[in-house]
Parts: sequence; C-alpha cells; structure tokens
Amino acid sequence: MSLLHFVVLAPFIMAIFMPFFYYKFRSVHTGWFLLPLPLILFIYIATYIPINGGGLEPVEHTVPWVPSLGINFSVYLDGLSLLFGLLITGIGTLVVLYSIFYIKNKVDEPLNNFYVYLLMFMGAMLGVVFSDNLIVLYVFWELTSLSSALLIAYWFHKEKSRYGAQKSMLITVSGGFAMLAGFSLLYVIAGSTFSIREIIAQADVVVQDPLILPAMLLILLGAFTKSAQFPFHIWLPDAMEAPTPVSAYLHSATMVKAGIYLVARMTPVFGLTVEWFWIVLIFGLVTLTWGSISAVRQTDLKGILAFSTVSQLGLIMSLLGMGSAALHFDYVETEAIYYTAIMAAVFHLINHATFKGALFMVVGIIDHETGTRDVRKLGGLMAIMPITFTVSLIGLAAMAGLPPFNGFLSKELFFTASLNVASLDIFNLETLGFFIPVVAWIASVFTFVYSMMIFTRTFTGEFKPENYKEDVHEAPIGLLISPIILASLVIIFGLFPNILAYTLIEPTMQSILPGLTSVGEQFYVNIYHWHGINTELLMTIAVVLIGLAIALNLKKWQESYFFQRERDPLNAVYDLGLDQLVVQAQNVTNMQMTGRLRDYLLYMAVFISGIMLWTFFRYDAFAIDFSNELAVPFYVILVVAALLASTLALPFISHRITNIVLLGVVGFLIALLFVIFRAPDLALTQLLVETVMVVLFLLTYRHLPEITKEAKNIWSTSMKAIVSAAVGGAVILTGLSVHALNQGTDITPISDYFIENSKTLAGGYNMVNVILVDFRGLDTLLEVLVLAIAALGVVTLIKHKMKEGEDV
Amino acid sequence: MKTNFLMFHTITRIVSFIVLSFSIYLFFAGHNAPGGGFIGGLMMAGALILLYVSFDIDKIKKVIPFDYTTIIGWGLLIAILTGLNSLLFGDAFLTQYFEYYQVPIMGEVELTTALPFDLGIYMVVVAVALLTILSIAEDVS
Repeated sequence: MSLLHFVVLAPFIMAIFMPFFYYKFRSVHTGWFLLPLPLILFIYIATYIPINGGGLEPVEHTVPWVPSLGINFSVYLDGLSLLFGLLITGIGTLVVLYSIFYIKNKVDEPLNNFYVYLLMFMGAMLGVVFSDNLIVLYVFWELTSLSSALLIAYWFHKEKSRYGAQKSMLITVSGGFAMLAGFSLLYVIAGSTFSIREIIAQADVVVQDPLILPAMLLILLGAFTKSAQFPFHIWLPDAMEAPTPVSAYLHSATMVKAGIYLVARMTPVFGLTVEWFWIVLIFGLVTLTWGSISAVRQTDLKGILAFSTVSQLGLIMSLLGMGSAALHFDYVETEAIYYTAIMAAVFHLINHATFKGALFMVVGIIDHETGTRDVRKLGGLMAIMPITFTVSLIGLAAMAGLPPFNGFLSKELFFTASLNVASLDIFNLETLGFFIPVVAWIASVFTFVYSMMIFTRTFTGEFKPENYKEDVHEAPIGLLISPIILASLVIIFGLFPNILAYTLIEPTMQSILPGLTSVGEQFYVNIYHWHGINTELLMTIAVVLIGLAIALNLKKWQESYFFQRERDPLNAVYDLGLDQLVVQAQNVTNMQMTGRLRDYLLYMAVFISGIMLWTFFRYDAFAIDFSNELAVPFYVILVVAALLASTLALPFISHRITNIVLLGVVGFLIALLFVIFRAPDLALTQLLVETVMVVLFLLTYRHLPEITKEAKNIWSTSMKAIVSAAVGGAVILTGLSVHALNQGTDITPISDYFIENSKTLAGGYNMVNVILVDFRGLDTLLEVLVLAIAALGVVTLIKHKMKEGEDV
Repeated sequence: MKTNFLMFHTITRIVSFIVLSFSIYLFFAGHNAPGGGFIGGLMMAGALILLYVSFDIDKIKKVIPFDYTTIIGWGLLIAILTGLNSLLFGDAFLTQYFEYYQVPIMGEVELTTALPFDLGIYMVVVAVALLTILSIAEDVS
C-alpha cells in the first residue's frame, strides 16, 4: 500500500467517522470536520505537479487483489489522472466549504448522510481516475453512479428528487454494465490483462482484432451515459433536484467528466480506428448543439446551467474525437495542427470546471437568498447582490467566450482545432470536414445567447419585491468565498494561461497521445490571446454580433412553439420505456406464474427430464448392460415392491389423511433402502425428515379443501402421464447407463478422493459429515442460508397476511 | 372440552429426554460416526415437536422461551464466523483445522473448528424446522 492508495481510500475511511462527528458534536456543522481532508489530498496531489517544466514521470503502485483473475488494485498517476485528481480534490474543498453555509445545520437535517455520500463519491471518483486496472475502475465507476443517485435523492421527500435519482441511476448504471462487457472483451482481445498500461502498450495489435469494434461501442456507451452525451443527456437536467453544492461538484465539475476521462484514457488504444474518430466527434458535436439550443428555452437557472453543461461536455468530447486524428501523424513541433484539439480539450476541461463551478454556486446563492431560480420572476439583482453579480459576470463572460477570460482562449482553440481538422486529408475529411467548424460556430452562438439570457434576466431589468417570499440581500461571506476563488481562477487562467501549459496541460497531453513525442521531448504548448486577425477571431466576432442580435430579440421568440417545450422531448421515450418495462415484465411473469403448484412442478419435471434426455441423445450415452448384474436378495425385492405399491396407490386415494400417511410410508421405505445399501447418514436424515414432514402435512391438512373429482380433461391428463413417464424413463436410463458405464471403464469415482483424505485432511472418519462441514463447507453454509430464508418467508407469509387488494 | 392424556404425557416426558440426549450425542458423534449438525438438529426438532404436540403450545413456550428467528441469526453468524476465522491465518474462507489434545479423564480428544461450524448448522436447522411448524400451527384463520 502506497500513499497514493491511501489518497483513494482516505475519503472512505473518513466516511466511517462522519456519523460520529454528527451525533457527538451536534452544534458544530459536520462539514467543518470534513473540510481538511480534501484540502490535504489536494496539497498532496499537487506535489506531483512538475513545476520545473521537465515533464511528469508516471508513478505506479500495485497491490494484488484477485491476482488469479488479473484484478489488482493498481494506482497509476500520470498527467491525466493528476489533472483529474486536482479537480476532484480542489473543487471538492471549495464545494464542502460552500455546502457548510448552504445547507443549514437544522435539527432534522441529516447532514451525516450528506457528507457520507459526498465522501463516498470523492473516494470513488479518485478511484476511477487513479486506477490502472479496468475492473477496479469499473467498481469505482459504479460507486460514483450510486453516490450520485443518493445525493440527488438527498431531499428524498420530494417526488422530483426521487425521479431524478432513479433516472440518473438507471441510465448511468446501464451504461456501466455495457462498459463492463466492453472491458471484458478488451480483456480477451489484449490477451488476459485488465491493465490499461499493458493494453496501451500493445495497441497496434489490439486494434487489429475483429472484436475491437463491439468493445469500443460498449465502452463508449458507458462513457456517453456518464458524460450525458446525446441522447443519454436527459438524466442531467433532472439531476438538478440535488442540493446545489452537489450539482456544482458532481454534475458539472467532476462526475460527468468521468466519461471524458475514460474517452481520453482510451484514446491511445481506440484512437487508432476510424470509427472512434467519427463516433466521438459526431456524438460530441450533436450534444454540443442540442445542449446549447435546449439551454435557451429553459426558465430554471439550474436548468439552463444543466443543458449548458451537457453542451460543454459535448464540446470537450468532440475535441477528443478530433484530437484522436493526431495519432495518425508524427509529431512535428511547428505543426501544431494535429494536436491542438487535445490541447483545447484539456484546457477547456480546466476552464469549464472553474467557470461552471462558480456559476452553479452563484445560482445556488441566488436560490438561497431569493427562494426562486425562475428567470421569469428574477430580475434587477445587480444592485442588490453586487458581489454575486460580479462573480457571475466573470463566469458568464468566460462561458460565452469573451476575452480576457479563460473561456475565450479555449473557445478560440476549439475553433482552431475544428478548422484544422476540416483541412486534414484522412477519413474522408476532405469532403465531409467542412461541417465541423460550421456546427461549432452555431453552437457557440447559442452558448452566447444563453449566457446573455442568464445575465439579462437575472441581474438587469426591474426588481420586483413581490416575487420573493424572503427579504432579498447579499449572501453571507461564507457562501461567497468559494465562487470568488473560482472566479479569480477564471481571470488568472485567462490572463496567464501559460502557468498551466507545462504543469498540467502538457503532461495530460502526453498521457492522451503517448508515443508521439520521442523520449524527453515535449509538446509545444503556448496559449495566448492575440493571434492577429484570422478566421477564429472573425468567427468569435460573428458569434458575439449574431448572439447579441438573437439575445436582444429573445422576447419575441419566446411565444413560439419551440420555446413552449421546456422539457426535452427525449424524456417521453424514457418515461414510456420505464412504464413499458414494468408492464411487460409483469406480463412475462404472469404468463409463467399461474399460482398453481402443479404447474411449477410440471415446469421443473419437463426441464430436468428434457435436459437429461437431450444430453443422452447428444453424446449417445445410452448403455444398457444386464450381463453381470448382481443377484438381488429377496428382501430387497420385497421392499421395492412395497414401495411401488404405495406409490402407485397414491393417485387413486381421494382421502387426504390416507395420502399423507401413504407418503410417509414411501419415505420410510426409502430410508430402509438406504439402510440396506449401507448409508446410515442418509437413512437417519431421511427418517427424521419424514417425521418432521408428516407433522407438517398434518398441520396444513386442516387448511386444505376436500379432494374433489375434477372434470377429466383428456389433454391435461395425457400430458401429465407423458411427463411422468419421461421423468421416470430418464431416471431409469441414467441409472442403467451409469451402471453399465462403470463396468467397462476405469474411471475413478470422486468418492475415492474423500475416502482417502477425510481422515488425513479433515480428521474425521465419517466421510459424509466431513464433506458437509469441511470439503464442501460453503455449500452447506449456503444451503442453510436458503433454509433460513425459506423459514423467514413462511413466517412473513403467515404472520403478515395481506389484506384485500394489497400487493407486495 | 378439557382433555387429559395421562399416558401420552408420561411417555412423552421420558421419550423426549431420550431423544434430546440422543440428538446431542449425534451432534458430537458426527465427525467420526453417523450424525452431525444436520441430523442432530432434525432430531432435536423432532423431540421438541413431540413436546409441542403432546402438551400445549403456550405451555411449552413458557418452558422454552427462545425466539427461533434470533436463533437462526445466531446459528448463521456462528457458522460464518468460524469460516472467517481461517482468513486470519491466510487460508481460504471456511478452511477447517483440527488437533488432538490430551484431556484429563477423557483421554485423547480431537478438537476441530468444524464443530462450531456444525453447531451453527445445528441451530439453524432446529430453529428453521420449529419456526416453520409453529407458525403454521399457530395460524388459526
């Protein structure tokens, strides 16, 4: 275990102590106890930043977990995981600080739950970005989905919270399952290894495999659901029911970027295929456009930000798609054309976390102070909340892509990358490439429009006190600290972007595009504002002009049909699917679950005899050999005859007590057979079980109706006769064939092993018991568990009877 | 109507003790002779059922004031803990150990970790059988 392992595990360990802090120090806000942890982790991870600009030496530590299956808890720190680790802990610190002031320490506020979930998320997310093993990554990945759902449903008394939590859970977890399947395929393709390092090392071979396409699609499904890419983005707007610190943390800065992380992590492998380029690029662009257009028609501030996040995630995704083309070229320092996209993606990832985090916190403040997030009610807050206003102005300007903020720089780089990629001469880009900059430009216009919309409708206009339940004033300083820090970062990164260049961006590019530069060589990263008058600048100017024109005329458009549909139309598909899932599942269940015991027995009998007979036919295993049978003693024949007689008599007796007694006779005769064949343990068990069973039968007897003559149905009667005959036939055939097979071959029976070893290995002479408690102890344990569950089921069914019309 | 089965009661008193002792014998004999937790448990359940049948359920409940649901839990817990025990020594889950000891009066005795495991099984079997039968018997409707 290295320190890096503890970085991942620390939040989980801390989570154990949260309830203690909550109950012991009830008057102190629980968040204060938690606050130091992400800060310390942030500082620790920050020590890995290469400050002298010499590149980052990756660190790897491995702890075996299930080595026989290739599953090891390996932590791996390179540029990409360093960047994400800093984001998770850095934004985490600010969010925890913010949440201390946002969620009040009321008597019935379950703060312990909140912080346990938050810590669980933090640990899981760190686990995702630091794991080198795909299975470990998957486990942490699902944990982030789980903790996200728990946090969305934190105010679970609200119906919408529960709906949003369920939706996010269903969508992200089903994507996660697909991803697990993809990982398994990758394991097969890459020759039994789950290590990302090793898979990347043999990427050239891996992409030749015919299974690479399904593996890629499945893994992308996981990434796209997590990162809210079209058409899976519908869960993100509904996730906004979570408390705002959660929205700022999970649903804009970190968790939704897990998909981005995975795509970036997998680029060295899948980026070598054409499909990857087109799929990631097109999904990214569609999401970018759809998100920005949908954002314009929202009326809830958090709704706007949610769709804006969707759109920005699409932007980063499309940049990663474009950037994968760089893997097809050799690195030349002067030709930044190929890798600009990756640089832009990494840079925008950082920028988005800063400005969107600030904006979410600001919206939280507005919600907190005014009691509403509806832009139709808000207005004129500029004078009342000056600090909040300043922070949001910075954030909005960065989001809209205006200089001198960091958003402008990454937006310019995005335009450059899209222009570059359109001019490449691979992948049919010479014919299809032109649409990429066009789409990018259109989406940017809408991004500008919704940024303007938040600005004008919240801060300008007329302040109407009658719209608010509370007395509106500036937020307390505690709430403002975190957004102010983030806004300062927006400005700092905007003015001095190159402090990030060789500390974070270049190492990250190295991990997304490994092997492009020779050893010791570095990508050339230099981000600056003024490039002269070029296409990108003209595009930005056009965005601003047209965006302004649209934003100023937005009032007129709001009457149109398009703006009346606030909810995403894709939600209808999801809702219908969910309803139908329940209905169809019920139909399928009702088809087989008739509620009649005889039907279930029929299923079992048909299945068992069917599979047995099929196996016999398949392997041509019929062998009947009477040649050297043993002489059967007379008393055995007598016992068997009695057994047969009592069994055959059963169907013809219509009196229940007689039936029960007769069944008991059958059981005792079988016990006698066990005695004859020298199986004392079996005989004892059989006798005791029979005794207990007869008592049970007699007890239930009074609940059963008289046996009535049923109307004879020739079909069902002959059906039952056939099935009974088949079961009997299959059993006899198996017995005879096994007997015949035993004669001619020298297969040693499995019992020999137990006979030899039960004394030496387990210290017991009674083989049956030794098998039960030692050799097959787990079987026994689980059988007993089944017994216990069955007994509890009986108790529940009898003691808690359902009333009329009640359902489970 | 008050009934009085004097013969039945008297015989039950004697027989149930014989069966109970035999059940305990079976449990301990299990490792080397026919018997064990499962059989012993069933035997115990049979003896107790005999008591419940011949006397009144309520009367026996006063004599055996255990909650069978809890016993199921304890039994499972004991079995699982014996299994976990081997993890401490770096062996696989449910590895059993045995050793021979010289005990005064009894002479050489084999002690194994399979015994507590079997005890867990024993408890679960007794409790499951009785819980099921009693719930059905008490179901008046």
